Amino acid sequence: MHRRSGTGYTGIPAWIYAIAAAGALFVLLPLVAMVARVNWSEFIPLITSESSLTALGLSLRTSAASTASCIVLGVPLALILARSPFPGQRLLRAFVLLPLVLPPVVGGIALLYTFGRQGLLGKSLELAGIQIAFSTTAVVLAQTYVALPFLVVSLEGALRTAGNKYEAVAATLGARPGTVLRRVTIPLVLPGLASGAVLSFARSLGEFGATLTFAGSLQGVTRTLPLEIYLQRETDADAAVALSLLLVAVAVAVVGLSYRRPRLGVAPEGALR
Amino acid sequence: MRTARKHVPALLAAGALAAGLAGCAAGTPGAAGTGSNSSAGASETPTLSGAITVYAAASLKSTFTKLASDFEAKNPGTKITLNFAGSSDLATQITQGAPADVFASADTKNMAKLTDAELIDGAPANFATNVLEIAVPPSNPASISSFADLAKPGVKVVVCAPQVPCGAAAETVEKATGTTLAPVSEESSVTDVLGKVTSGEADAGLVYVTDVKNAGDKVKGIRFAESDQAVNTYPIATVGTSKNKELAAAFIAAVTGSEGKTVLSDAGFGTP
Amino acid sequence: MTFQLDATLAARSFEVSLSLGPAETIAILGPNGAGKSTLLSIISGLLRPDAGKATIGEKVLFDLSADTNIWRAPHTRGTALLAQEALLFPHLSALDNVAFGPRSAGASSAAARETAMHWLSEVDADSLASRRPGQLSGGQAQRVAVARALAADPHLLLLDEPMAALDIHAAPLLRRLLKRVLAGRRAIIITHDILDALMLADRVIVLEGGRITEQGPTREVLEKPRSRFAAGLAGLNLVAGTVSNAGVTTAQGMVVAGHQDESVEPGQDGVAVFPPSAVSVFLTEEHGSPRNSFQVIITDLEPHGDQIRVRAGRLSADITPAASADLGLVPGMSVYFVIKAAAIAIYPA
Repeated sequence: MHRRSGTGYTGIPAWIYAIAAAGALFVLLPLVAMVARVNWSEFIPLITSESSLTALGLSLRTSAASTASCIVLGVPLALILARSPFPGQRLLRAFVLLPLVLPPVVGGIALLYTFGRQGLLGKSLELAGIQIAFSTTAVVLAQTYVALPFLVVSLEGALRTAGNKYEAVAATLGARPGTVLRRVTIPLVLPGLASGAVLSFARSLGEFGATLTFAGSLQGVTRTLPLEIYLQRETDADAAVALSLLLVAVAVAVVGLSYRRPRLGVAPEGALR
Repeated sequence: MRTARKHVPALLAAGALAAGLAGCAAGTPGAAGTGSNSSAGASETPTLSGAITVYAAASLKSTFTKLASDFEAKNPGTKITLNFAGSSDLATQITQGAPADVFASADTKNMAKLTDAELIDGAPANFATNVLEIAVPPSNPASISSFADLAKPGVKVVVCAPQVPCGAAAETVEKATGTTLAPVSEESSVTDVLGKVTSGEADAGLVYVTDVKNAGDKVKGIRFAESDQAVNTYPIATVGTSKNKELAAAFIAAVTGSEGKTVLSDAGFGTP
Repeated sequence: MTFQLDATLAARSFEVSLSLGPAETIAILGPNGAGKSTLLSIISGLLRPDAGKATIGEKVLFDLSADTNIWRAPHTRGTALLAQEALLFPHLSALDNVAFGPRSAGASSAAARETAMHWLSEVDADSLASRRPGQLSGGQAQRVAVARALAADPHLLLLDEPMAALDIHAAPLLRRLLKRVLAGRRAIIITHDILDALMLADRVIVLEGGRITEQGPTREVLEKPRSRFAAGLAGLNLVAGTVSNAGVTTAQGMVVAGHQDESVEPGQDGVAVFPPSAVSVFLTEEHGSPRNSFQVIITDLEPHGDQIRVRAGRLSADITPAASADLGLVPGMSVYFVIKAAAIAIYPA
């Protein structure tokens, strides 16, 4: 393989490139195949149809809301997991990460029995006049549930990499814990927090199983883009492909624009010695 | 999405990814192992043997499972492999070259897709009908007793989306009766509708008679006269690329015959 | 306003008590793992000891006696910490780094920056005010870190080997700077470098295995070390044992004759101390009074200034390279170290 001048020794055996190329192809080929199947003459009308735009708008709104929820809930969780050792910490981490490996439909069932009308909390919520099932709130809950681990994992990693030396120095300089968090910890792990938020957003955008199980599917209320694609597929393959491409484009845009090369949580050279 | 996921273990088992992909694309017509038992040795008393794969609509799961095992017991040496999914999924898979010998659809529309594409041998036979029924939780919290009750304000009704057969049927009934429903959700499958009812999230759902029967005592079924307005017909046919059309025809005969009728009507299906 | 500390931490077999006047700087010397950083962590509130008490004047930093349990959080102690690494907040400019302490104390943004500017010029870093830490050299960053620590107006400044990570050009500059800004301040400085102790500290404490093994005015400790560690720092050989009329007798039975301090009495624990330059190396045993001659095995040879330092276990000798070559010295060789008794000082341990 041709190497650009000025690049250093990588230490990667040549056959690794071959397998890596196969891996890249394995990921790219299905996308290419999908693009090839797009009915381009109908593409614009298909993706600008009322139901498509409604679904896209709902997807973007709910994903933004669940990303915000992930930040609100995930930052404290990551801090607790990364900074203060306590009994049961491993267990807590395992449970927080569980949605990562759980089939989303299982998450949906679990949420149903928590927030549903007959659910653990749902009954009390229902008495208080709050109905979650079949509402946009249910979509946000489902998305937050599956996306939260992405934020926690990214941020905990960034926090651990950054270490707590800066926080210790800040404290000896007279900063109370709230100030340390606001002026030192969060700015230090901002890249990690940002990439965690982007991953959460992307995961929310693609959420399907938990939403279908827990929130239902109604245009403008709970039918997000993936649900719309799933439904369109029943009757109009062209529409499903067009919408899939739209979702891919949105996801690539979001991830590509904001998820840069993973950086350590701290500013590199210079800051440390 | 779902189909793709199902293929993953198979790919991994194949070991070489590229080979696996190629295999899938070609559709491996001989995969069912039926090649050697084609009609070549047409003798006067045909003893059935070999194996076929039957693609059947998800709503046929319990009836076809029983019919297939009865058939195998009656005809030793035969093997019926069943594959259940939504009719449109199955039709798409067969169009893409999936190794099906028999296709039993939950509606005439998806069968028509295959006959139009000339993938079907002969004319499909209609073997069952199905009509909508209201499914409510056993306690019937919203006190539903008629189709008109579903339109009452505050009643949480879940239906299928118009894009899928059960939703199209619901729409037909609505039109015919002049009742407009305001569903809280339009699901993409009967299973999802039923799930919302059994979990108590919804007060009522519109599903097929057979689905209510299949769900046992988890839901209560409420029949309504207007369901006649949308009768769903189930056709069955031999797929053109089948390597064992003899066995396929025999299985179709069993389904459309008296034993099939008994099993199907026990499950709530009507006769066409 | 005296700083007073008593602290024990069993997990690190740490047990130290010390006190410090209002304008006094002490240097903590000791081998790695002696508990030097533990000491600073306990004082600054980053590490909690098992028991003990620390006060600055009336202010109690902690009091963990049997019946009281006072533990002041780090940010309320007024003990700024300057570490080996500058640890400047990478997302803030040099000026905002220095302004961090005043801001945390409640100063307005403008006032904090004014204070910060003052301290930056105190460390000759006013031209670096707008730079990000990533744009500073190691020495510049450490200077800004000094300004940041001072801007917090600490009652006690804690310095944990502030020069250790700097190159040989930056270190002397910072040492001069510290000498200037530490004058009239209370500070504790951990160091490996005897020069730091000499230049910056009024007093040294030698910490070994979590305990204080020796302390006193810097010059006195260096001139008359009583611990092997202090002797090593001062570049002196030290042999410990029991004093007799013949000199100092070690546990192994080696007798070192020398000039006895008038305060020393036979039977007492004592040390014999002599510089490596007073040691001659011979291939055969030399006799001649009054001289000490010890048979040793050479463990190492290394350059030391324009001399060759010949190490033999815990003793060393400095000889010229020519002499070393003449003798054909190599590690593992058996030779004799010979020292005139007049060059050996014997005093109580």
